[in-house]
Amino acid sequence: MSDENPPIEPGGTPETGPEPGKGGMLPVHPDALRADREAAGPDAVRQPADTPAPQPKRTLGQAFLDELWADNAFTVTLLAIVLAAIVGAVLMVLGDEPTRQQWAYFFYQPGKTLSASWDLVSSAYGNMFKGSIIDPDSFNRWIWGVDNVTWQRVMYPISETLTFAAPLIFTGLASALPFRAGLFNIGGQGQAIMGAIGGATVGFAFSAPGATAWILSTLAGALFGALYGLIVGVLKARTGAHEVIVTIMMNYIALLFLGWYILQKGIHDPNRPDAISKPVHPQAMFPKIFGPTATDAGLRANLGIVLALLAAWGVSWLLRRGTFGFELRAVGYNQDAARTAGMSVGLTLALTMGLAGALAGLGGVTMVHGDARALSADVVGQIGFNGILVALLGRVKPWGVVWAGLLFGAMTAGGLRMQADPGISTELVTVIQALIVMFVAAPMLVKAIFRLRKSPSSAAHVGLAQG
Amino acid sequence: MTATTLDTAVVAPAAYWTRARKTGLILTVLGVIATVVFGALASSRSAHFSFGTDVSGAAMSIPGRLGAIVFGLVALGAGLALYFTQARYGLWTSISLAAFVISSLCWQISRAATGDTIALGLLAQLTVLAALPLIYGSISGVLCEKTGVVNVAIEGQLLTGAFFAAFVGSVTHNPWLGLIAAALGGVLISALLAFFAIRYVVEQVVIGIVLNSFALGITGYLYEQIMQKNAAYNSPGSLPVWEIPLLSKIPILGPAVFTGTILTYGAFLVVAVVAIALTRTRWGLRTRAVGEHPTAADTLGVRVLGLRWANVLMAGVVAGFGGAYFSMVSATSFTKNLTGGAGFIALAAMIFGRWQPIGAFLAALFFGFAGALASILGSIATPIPSAFLNMLPYIATIFAVAGLVGRVRAPAADGKPWVKGH
Repeated sequence: MSDENPPIEPGGTPETGPEPGKGGMLPVHPDALRADREAAGPDAVRQPADTPAPQPKRTLGQAFLDELWADNAFTVTLLAIVLAAIVGAVLMVLGDEPTRQQWAYFFYQPGKTLSASWDLVSSAYGNMFKGSIIDPDSFNRWIWGVDNVTWQRVMYPISETLTFAAPLIFTGLASALPFRAGLFNIGGQGQAIMGAIGGATVGFAFSAPGATAWILSTLAGALFGALYGLIVGVLKARTGAHEVIVTIMMNYIALLFLGWYILQKGIHDPNRPDAISKPVHPQAMFPKIFGPTATDAGLRANLGIVLALLAAWGVSWLLRRGTFGFELRAVGYNQDAARTAGMSVGLTLALTMGLAGALAGLGGVTMVHGDARALSADVVGQIGFNGILVALLGRVKPWGVVWAGLLFGAMTAGGLRMQADPGISTELVTVIQALIVMFVAAPMLVKAIFRLRKSPSSAAHVGLAQG
Repeated sequence: MTATTLDTAVVAPAAYWTRARKTGLILTVLGVIATVVFGALASSRSAHFSFGTDVSGAAMSIPGRLGAIVFGLVALGAGLALYFTQARYGLWTSISLAAFVISSLCWQISRAATGDTIALGLLAQLTVLAALPLIYGSISGVLCEKTGVVNVAIEGQLLTGAFFAAFVGSVTHNPWLGLIAAALGGVLISALLAFFAIRYVVEQVVIGIVLNSFALGITGYLYEQIMQKNAAYNSPGSLPVWEIPLLSKIPILGPAVFTGTILTYGAFLVVAVVAIALTRTRWGLRTRAVGEHPTAADTLGVRVLGLRWANVLMAGVVAGFGGAYFSMVSATSFTKNLTGGAGFIALAAMIFGRWQPIGAFLAALFFGFAGALASILGSIATPIPSAFLNMLPYIATIFAVAGLVGRVRAPAADGKPWVKGH
């Protein structure tokens, strides 16, 4: 291993050493390692003699204490969030003029300076919490029946979080699934745009009774996204074109196409002067979870989050139980081995990208049918790019993506409230999100900063750090 | 019997369909399209091409339909010539593509709703200006990737450079200090890239994507918190425009190449220096060795990681200058997401240019040309929507990486972290 670079895998991090046999640019997952162990045989008797003896069994409490300050996935992620929040706090102080000026008097009034900074930061993060999870004030009023506060008002922050999280979970899955096949899908943005175009066009062009309306347009969006993703997969399979480059280019093609599309006759809303398409039929909008009707102006949380959770379940099932999921992971670990085993690598790559495109397309549909109702130039926002961050934070596992998507959704929802109250731009949320993923992607850095122990059981240190 | 059939079936086409034949066929098809489709669609009105930077003055006029057909036939002929001779690849390809473009222009201008003249001087000027950030960005990419570090963060480098230029230029009231600060801004993102990609061996595409997000967020945040609340922090002033005497009077090329800010001349200089240095100096040889086979380079005593660090930081300087273009040349202030994806086109230009400085330069000019043409044709309302012309660079890049027009190849160790002793 030392005399030449291996052709597929450059080896592990300096402290973990290379992991022979884990090929490609795919990060190695804890569950994958577990699968290997399971494959090796559950009982020690059948294990080869040279494998290390199983560790002595730890009690639950002992294991907890061992893991508490070790570099397992949970601790590293939590500390990454803490680090990002600290940097975010510094930026808050830097960006707030009165507080910044107060720092000029730090040596005269250290107490006042620190308390002003603390007030700013705590009110910002406090409002982030109130805007994303629950506002204790409205909760109390609802409990005591003051001011006719309804339960909807109490649920408002949660509803916002779920609304923002749903598309992110979709695009996160669209990034995570190809990762498992060794593909890097940067094209979530373009696929989401195509999904939004497909979903919205069917949504306003055809009227159908009842739920068929949104089911049809949702399927259309998934199909559009899938076809757009399939192009990448087919190019990769047939010509070896690097999917990172192809997807980046296709993001911009989709964006330009959308800008042109919404201005065309029959698509553009004739009642509006700005660049926006016709709105989809009300029946085609996703039903609201907390509200009876689709047009209710109440809480925004909609069917999108339910579909997103179903999609996560589906992807999880596919990866664990499905034949295709097995082929997908096999291709991700070692293409040559998969080919030797009789799998069609090209077909698997193409289908994986198609499936990812469908997921991202559903994310785009959720943006339109969940809330926006019409296509505009920035209808899908940044969900494709943020989806990549979500996938990385969720360690490219389906349920990890769900948690990461909820966290990002909560941060976005809370960021809006933070912008309203201490007047801190929501752009800070983007910075914090990027920082979290940066730290999670470099667990060795977090480990060094907090002097974490090496985790006795978990494989967090083989997270995203491997080339 | 079976074996023989297989042999002929598999081997013969591979030998027959050489790169020249494939390209020749594609060019011939394009030529047919130009002759038939553009010729049929064009009107008999004349298309005018003026030589200055505005539509008045000396102009050449070509009858629309005739021009579309004649230049279409030229494109067709050059394509056929390449197909049958399989020689002079570059010459025939450029003749064919140029004729194809002129043929389409004849059609477009003859059908334009609000004008019948294209100012070639303006086209050239806009091409060079639009290409400037792409040149800096793609050279930044070349510097990183030649040494084995994938640089997806060009967009972030440009954006941070643009922000620093605007901020420091405003605070110091000196655009030159802003320009230096822009380089520092690029270096900042570069340092993060190097820190995570080299020191902590994080997957390089991952960290590039994250850094773009980070740069977008932090410049947007500081813009909204500081610049938007006080315009004094966002008025950097412009870089002075220098005209080279006599040379700037050359028709078409003069206003484009010999009139401009320091960034225009700097771009040509950077390309020349990097192109020569990569192939002719010790540094260049070592850089390429580290990018192709780091272990071999290490065995010969090259400090692999040190060289990677140095080159990535240098790439930041170059991209930072490119960022200054946005806030001090094309605009006079910073706004959120000012670069608008130029970093990704620069990435495309680098790949389209086959990871070579000259190639990247030509690709950047080509992409700049597509953009300039889109804006000029958009202003006279031609039948092809400018959105589709703007897509051209991206589609061309997909064609390039798919190997439809010759295979492009990255440095062998590109994107692979290297750890001493493994």
